[in-house]
Amino acid sequence: MANFSTNEFKPGLKVMLDGEPCSILENEFVKPGKGQAFNRVKLRNLRSGRVWERTFKSGDSLEGADVLDVELEYSYTDGEFFYFMDPVSYDQHAAGADAVGDTQKWLKEQEKYEVTLYNGAPITVTPPNFIELEITETDPGLKGDTAQGGSKPATLATGAVVRVPLFISQGEAIRIDTRTGEYVSRASKS
Amino acid sequence: MSDWRPGAPLSIQRQRAALLSDLRQYFERLGVLEVETPLLCRHGVTDPGLENFVVPCRDQERFLQTSPEFAMKRLLAAGSGDIYQICKAFRAEEVGKRHNPEYTLLEWYRLGIDHYDLLREVGELVCSLLGRSGWQVWPWRTLLQHVLGAGSHVASRQDLEQLARHNAGEIPTGLDRDGLLDLLFSHCVEPAIGKWGVVFIVDYPPTQAALARQVEAPDGQSLGARFECYVDGLELANGYWECGDADELMNRFTADNQLRKERGQSPRPVDHQLLAALDGGLPDCSGVALGLDRLLALRAGADALDDVLSFGWARS
Repeated sequence: MANFSTNEFKPGLKVMLDGEPCSILENEFVKPGKGQAFNRVKLRNLRSGRVWERTFKSGDSLEGADVLDVELEYSYTDGEFFYFMDPVSYDQHAAGADAVGDTQKWLKEQEKYEVTLYNGAPITVTPPNFIELEITETDPGLKGDTAQGGSKPATLATGAVVRVPLFISQGEAIRIDTRTGEYVSRASKS
Repeated sequence: MSDWRPGAPLSIQRQRAALLSDLRQYFERLGVLEVETPLLCRHGVTDPGLENFVVPCRDQERFLQTSPEFAMKRLLAAGSGDIYQICKAFRAEEVGKRHNPEYTLLEWYRLGIDHYDLLREVGELVCSLLGRSGWQVWPWRTLLQHVLGAGSHVASRQDLEQLARHNAGEIPTGLDRDGLLDLLFSHCVEPAIGKWGVVFIVDYPPTQAALARQVEAPDGQSLGARFECYVDGLELANGYWECGDADELMNRFTADNQLRKERGQSPRPVDHQLLAALDGGLPDCSGVALGLDRLLALRAGADALDDVLSFGWARS
């Protein structure tokens, strides 16, 4: 991979730091009038998701990271790996539980996910912002419930538990915001 | 890139024109002569904190100036009297919110005054242009101690490194003492004075005197006769009571080139035309360089230089 100098650091650039693939979030060039210049850089460790803050001497460089964001369709799991397919080439990618992380509770077959590949292997899986899932279990709604009423827990086909309005019943499909894990509406009729 | 439009609105262009007109009237009233010197020079600068753009020319390499200082000093030595210049200056690799590798500089020299007199002149000009009511003056070591704690101005390299790690987290290894001071200045001191309005820093340690003469304080310590002007934490101007001693400057240039080698930078040939001019006799004078794009940004209330440049680095 090519090397990138501090003045080429831009948000989104993928570089290697301490052996970890990172994405640059911010790069601030600082210099106290006369004297030596530095770059204060914020990077996200793509494996752990942690944000690192580092100061570099201006002009220092980091090796680029072989990182690629691709859109893949979730196929199935064999219990150990989660398999995603490239809808164009039909190539399959096996992602471990580490890579899938919290996204596991939003995995739905044939749905498209943003998968970050590092040296060709998935390291993170990001769900779409909204996803429609079926409710497999929830208490029956009570008589007289209205749209303004309270809420109750509902278990979804993926095993995730979300709070839904009382008028929603078992077997219905609902729309969820995966960023907050909150109910949005009944699923659009297809 | 197909985005051909300017980054700054036309209203900013008008403000820039008005600022330039205000400045030219100001210097005309003071009787300071406007001059021009070459942008593309035979010599670069030895200062390890500066990198010239090197331009291949037919006969030899030439350097885009990092400031008009050397050429203006040759004019002063030739008897120009008080002079000022508004020109472009270039600093390779300085790209950021507050830095553009090509920028506009106002530089002026006044005969027969020291840096404290020039500081007052800069303070009055900056306050009148920005509508500020006054300024504070902080000796370098007092300010450093105020922000970083007692004794920080005389701390050892090891102690400064620890202080820098404590305040800035992971830092590059192998920084020398001045490198650590620079880091602490930009990471801690500049943010600390961000709400203090107009601040002048004076009495720099001799290792940070740059091209200022060295003077002796009443307590016997040696100081660089230099000031820096900050407005809202943004470095705006740097001034010296000029060192006119050719031998002393030759020593500093040699030390600069030694440091450049240690830091892995290519050494730069020394400007012998400047040294010859100083030998001929530089009049007693003080000079200051002020970043006009930053002044305009402050005047317009803009956060980034890109907001006041027609075409900043990414659009040029």
